[in-house]
Formats: sequence, C-alpha cells, structure tokens
Amino acid sequence: MKYWRKPLDIDQVKVPRGEVRIIADRCKGCAFCVEYCPKDVLAMSDKFNRKGYHPPMVVKTGECVNCNLCEMICPDFAIFSVESVENAAAAEHTAAAQRGVA
Amino acid sequence: MSTQLQEREVMAEEHPIAPFIRMDRMPHIWCPTCGIGTVVKCYATALGETGVDLNKVAIVSGIGCTGRVAGYMKLDGFHATHGRAIPFATGLKLGRPELLVTVFSGDGDLAGIGGNHLIHTARRNMDLLIILVNNFIYGMTGGQNAATTPLTAKSSTMPFGNFERPFNLPHLAASCGATYVARWTSLHIRRLTKAFKEAIQRKGFRFIEVIAPCSTLYARLNKLGSGLDLMRFYHDNAEIRHHVDTREAGIDFQSKIICGKFLDEERPTYLDMMHDHYKKILGDKYVRMPPEGGWLHE
Amino acid sequence: MRPRPNIRRLRNAEWLDRLRPSSGEGGSQVRADPAGVLTGIHYLDGDFACGEGAMAAGCRFVAGYPITPSTEVVERIARRFPRMGGIFIQMEDEMASMAAVVGASWTGTKSMTVTSGPGFSLMMENIGLAAMMETPCVVVNVQRGGPSTGLPTMVGQADMMQARWGSHGDYSIIAISPRSPQEAFDFTIDAFNLSEVYRVPVFVMMDECVGHMTEKVVIPPADKIEVVPRKLTSKPPEEYLPYKLNGGFVPEFARAGDGYKFHTTGLTHDERGYPVMSAECQEQCVRHIVEKVRLNADKIVRFEEEHTKGADVVAVTYGITSRVARMGIELARAAGVKVGVLRLIVVWPFPEKRIRQLADKVKAFVVPEINYGQMVLEVERCAAGKAGAIPVPHLGGGVHDPNDICKAIVEAAK
Repeated sequence: MKYWRKPLDIDQVKVPRGEVRIIADRCKGCAFCVEYCPKDVLAMSDKFNRKGYHPPMVVKTGECVNCNLCEMICPDFAIFSVESVENAAAAEHTAAAQRGVA
Repeated sequence: MSTQLQEREVMAEEHPIAPFIRMDRMPHIWCPTCGIGTVVKCYATALGETGVDLNKVAIVSGIGCTGRVAGYMKLDGFHATHGRAIPFATGLKLGRPELLVTVFSGDGDLAGIGGNHLIHTARRNMDLLIILVNNFIYGMTGGQNAATTPLTAKSSTMPFGNFERPFNLPHLAASCGATYVARWTSLHIRRLTKAFKEAIQRKGFRFIEVIAPCSTLYARLNKLGSGLDLMRFYHDNAEIRHHVDTREAGIDFQSKIICGKFLDEERPTYLDMMHDHYKKILGDKYVRMPPEGGWLHE
Repeated sequence: MRPRPNIRRLRNAEWLDRLRPSSGEGGSQVRADPAGVLTGIHYLDGDFACGEGAMAAGCRFVAGYPITPSTEVVERIARRFPRMGGIFIQMEDEMASMAAVVGASWTGTKSMTVTSGPGFSLMMENIGLAAMMETPCVVVNVQRGGPSTGLPTMVGQADMMQARWGSHGDYSIIAISPRSPQEAFDFTIDAFNLSEVYRVPVFVMMDECVGHMTEKVVIPPADKIEVVPRKLTSKPPEEYLPYKLNGGFVPEFARAGDGYKFHTTGLTHDERGYPVMSAECQEQCVRHIVEKVRLNADKIVRFEEEHTKGADVVAVTYGITSRVARMGIELARAAGVKVGVLRLIVVWPFPEKRIRQLADKVKAFVVPEINYGQMVLEVERCAAGKAGAIPVPHLGGGVHDPNDICKAIVEAAK
C-alpha cells in the first residue's frame, strides 16, 4: 500500500519482519494470499505442486511484516508467516543505511 | 529481488492451525477459491486465542459443503442429518451442560430444511454458537436454489433466475430471539475472528452469518468469475454498519452487503430460565442436571 | 372364564444374563438410581408406567413432541424429572426430538423419545442416524389407528413392520411389545438395557389400549432393579477409535466432553469414524450394524409359550391382542381344538428359529393383529410353507371380537 503522508515518528517505529512459509502441496492456487498481502510479497509461481496447482512464491524477500493475513485468509491452510529475527535485523540495517547512519 | 521458492519443505504440522485440524484428513475437499476454509481458520484462531478447554468444545455440522467442517476439526465432532444440526446440538448441550457447543453449517442446511429448528432454538435462547456460512446456494448437491439465493440469481433449479424472495438471516435470527447477531464475509478475517472470540465468550443463542464465495456453483452459474472475483466484490461492496436495524440487512443480487455486529445483548439462556424457574417453584426439591451430564453411573 | 392375573415380577434374571455376551464386555449391571425409582404398588396407566420405567432405568434426557396417545408418558416425566436431575424438553417437532435424543445420548446420558404413528414416520431419518452412529436410545411408539392421521385416540398395531424397516437402508433394531402397564414399566427398563448392550435404537411398541389402560403396577425397590449403565472405553484418547470392535460385538463408547475428540457421522464410515465412500467400507460398516443384532438374536429373542406341545394350531400374538386372544383361544380349546400360544415379547428380532421348529409340528399358525397382517408375514416367511399362516386382521379402532379369533383357530385346525 502507498501512504500519502510520512508519519513524524517513522524513525522510531520498528516494523515487524516475518518469513513466509508455504506448504506447496496443500495449495489449490486460489491466489487470495497474492491478492491481499498488504506488502505484495507474493506472486503465483509457474511451478506445479503434486496436484497440478500453481502455489505462490515470495517475490519480495525481507518485506514480509508477519501480519499473518495470508495465514488467515488461505482456505487451504497452505501458507503462514513466522517472526523472522534475521529479516528484522536486515531491515533495520537497510533502514539505518538509508537514513545515513552507519 | 530474488524470486526463488523457499529452499526447504515446510511440514504441514507447522501450520498454526494444525492443533485444531484432523491432519490425517488433509487436504480437505473444498474447491479452490471456496471460502469455507477461511472461516474455519478464523474459528480455530478464535478458539486458540480465547483459551477455552478444547476438550469441552463440541461441534455439530449438517449436510452440505459447510457440513464437512465437523469432520475436519479436531474436536468432538458430529456430522448429523440434513437440517438437524441445531436440535442435535440442543441434545448435546442439555445432556452435558458444561459443553461449549458450536453448530457450523451452511445456509441450505440451517435456514432451508433446518429453518424451523433455527427459529425455535433462537426463541428458546439455547446456549449455542451458530456459524452459518452463506454462499447463497446448495453447493454440495450441484447448485440448487437456496432460501438465501438473491432475486434473479441463477441456480440449477431456477435456471431462468430466482423469483422467490430470500431470507434476511440476521433479521430472522434477531426477531426470533438470538442475543448476538453478526454478519461478516470471509474477506473480513480480522473482524470475523474477533466476532468469533466475542461470541465464544458469550452465552445464549449467538448467530454469526459469514458470506463466503462459492466458485464452482454460485459464481459459475451466475457468471461471476471465480471465488477471487467474489472476494474482490466483497471488498468493494461490503459496508460495515454496526447495530443497524436488521430489517435493512437484506441482500440483493450483487448488491452491497451490510456487515457488522447487529445485536449483542445478554438475556437468560434456556438453562438459566429453567433453573431459576424450578428453584422458585420446587425449592429444595429441585435437582439440577449436573454440568457433567445425566446419571451415568458404573 | 376368569382372566388370569397379570402381575409381572421383576427382571427375568436369566434373560438379563443372556444379554451379557460371553466375553463379559456387555457392561456390568448396577442397581438403579433410587432417585428415579418410585417404589411401591401403584395404579397407573400404561403411559405413566412406561415413563416410570424410563426413569427407573436411568434415563435423564427426554425430548418429545405431543401426540395422542403417547403424550402422557412425557407429561409424567415432565413432572418428575426436575426432582431427579433430568431434563425434559418439548421440541418443535418429532424430527428435532429424535435429533436431540441422539445428540444427548452422545454425552453419555440415557435418552428417550415418545411418539405415535405420524411422529414415528417423521423420526425415521434420525432413527437411521442413531442406527448408523450406533447410538443407544429408546423410542416409545404408542400405536394408534393409521395410516396418516388415522384414528388418533384409538388402538392400532400397524407400525410393526415400520419399526423394523421404517428408515432407509439396511440396519437392525430391537422392538419389544408390552401388553399391560406392568409390562410397560418392566419392558421399558429392558429396552434401555438392550440399547446399552447393543448400541442400537430400541422401540417399545405399545398401543393405545395398553397406554391408556390403568392397572396395578408393582415397582420394586431400586436395589432390586438391575440396569446396564453406559459402558465407556478404558482406552486413552490417543489410542481410541470410535468404531473399532476390539473383539467385542459393539465398539467402545466415548462421551463428548471427555477429551476424546472423536468424530462420528451418518455417512458410511470406517473405524476412525471418518467418512469413506467406497464399496469396501460400506460392506464392513453396514454388515456390522445389521449383524450385531442378527447374529446375537438368540440372546435377545424373548417370547412366552403355552400348550404348544402337541398343538395343532399355534396362535402367535403380541401386545393388547395377546390378552384379547386368550378368550378366543379358550373358546377354541373348549370346542376341542388343540391350540397353543406363542406370545411375542421381543418382536424384532423375530423368533425365527422357534417358528421354524413349530412349523414342522403344527398344522397352522393363527396371527391376530390390529392391522391388515404384518407379523403374520414374518410367521409365513419362517413357516416356509410347512404350516399355514392365517392372519386375523382387525384394521384398527378397537380390539378383536374373541369369537373371530376362535373361528379362525377352528378353521385352521381343519
């Protein structure tokens, strides 16, 4: 989602980071997760699972904020996210670099 | 940006819903883009977050696609006859009052053939949680007209479009005496989970209608695309209006869908009224049915 | 001719022993809960006596819908239940009543419903559910003139075949036919015991005459009444499978709410209770629910015989007709006919073996019934042409004229 304003305390906010886990063989290719991920982290892959469906894949590594929306909305219990300390550390590092702090 | 799939195989048991689901029966039979699974996830999440004793939760489903829910959840589950989930649940509740009994079934099952039981059990304010998944059609049997099918919608038994007025289920439930009435769609995952959590912690006849997509029948017969297209429709057309008069909550074909919590009050349940009444009339001679159930004894 | 006094004593202890299978798994007997037993000598009608029998047997949940002539059973229960921890609920219709009975039974509470012909028809789908899920429960049918609305306040016995075959598909049930208020009390307790042992719906097939007839009923002290309690599995939840036989002839029961998290369904299911849509599963599942009664019929069957040795004609009777027929039989005997009586107590499973044995020795069976001829068809089937099976139908609304029964017996002896 695109924000039209920049929050004043954006430097202090710690955005959670997560890691997407996909149980490919359970997926039925409905694409709800792709459609509704707030960070557009997912896209449908070209691979086939055992049943012939296209499971999703992560296209923006490190952007997942562990909101669990994909986990809640998936009707087939085929995707979930977990907190990722390394992704959080990596994101913090990138944000610090962008602010010009070493 | 890398586009590779994750490196390691994720085990199904790692999914947070695993403790609530009969893993040996996965994958389930619901179609791709069906909304029932989403509702089940929200219910399981609510059960986990409210911390209720899962040993004391019983779930009853009728016949139909949503009727398969009882078979997939790891709770004392009962797959009863068509339309009779609510009285079956009444028997469970009265036979062992400490049980938390949920009826999880579809619109055809609960409001069609089961309509009589719905209205009477609401009238009695029986302490049951009713989760009614409304996909506006009889899905399992091939897409027949339901009591909730909107006017002009096509179905296999109304091939030229439905001309029969449908139910307005929140209005029906509220007017019959339900004490918690809400409607959400399967897109409203957070609010639905919150509604389930609220309802699980309340007593009385709690009725939650969840509009969910049916891609294989309702969407296909009415050329509405897939379940994803229906979800996009819910996104654009669902209006949240808490505590609106339920008379205004009717649904027309591809019209806006009023969602929200319409009613949330506390009134004595059937068992409360029974106990109070008998205590008043019979005094010390009244013996309550114990919460663990009737005389069993070895 | 003075009618013989009809005061039944207690449980037939030998019969109760027969209920217990040799493996000892059928469940121990315990003494009845005194709270439910109205010990004493009473003057009760059949319906009230039936209600008392249910309460003595440990029934603590009844869901019903009013229908003449059965309503008095639940009226009695509604009055007494609040004093013994039972719950009676008048449901919105018979289908709800039967569904609630099945649901309550799964909590381990003994459950019962009560109805007559039209309600019996409505309950059939959920009776099938009870049979398929192997749920112990009791259904009392106080029969009236049928079909359809028929004669609501007058006697009939025309639901006998429906008791056996009423629901769709193959399954077995047990049906008992009392002929007096005392038997209505005793046999209702037996019905509950049988349903616990065989995990099957058991029907108490009364009729309006017995239901509305008032006679002396002796209710013994609670410690003299033996009931079979709900037998629960001893397995822990991880090992428990709801429909695994484990060497017994019925699976072990687990109550909802005890942490077993089992699943049960009306769909054809395997031993996990999960639906399996295959011919192999159907073979196993349905064969079991039919054979658990059929193969144990010898233990369940019960009848009374009199003067059948050397008889030329045997009258097969049940319910109120068995009392009326006594007069007809005495008259026939006075006219010189050698006539015996086989009075059915357990009507289903039918005493096929005994009828086959008698068919070799007698000229004919005479079967008076207040219907167009239902149990006579079973008699005919079992007699297999070796002896005649003569119906003496009375279509309902009253009991037979004993002279008609006598005439039929005399004709049959020719």
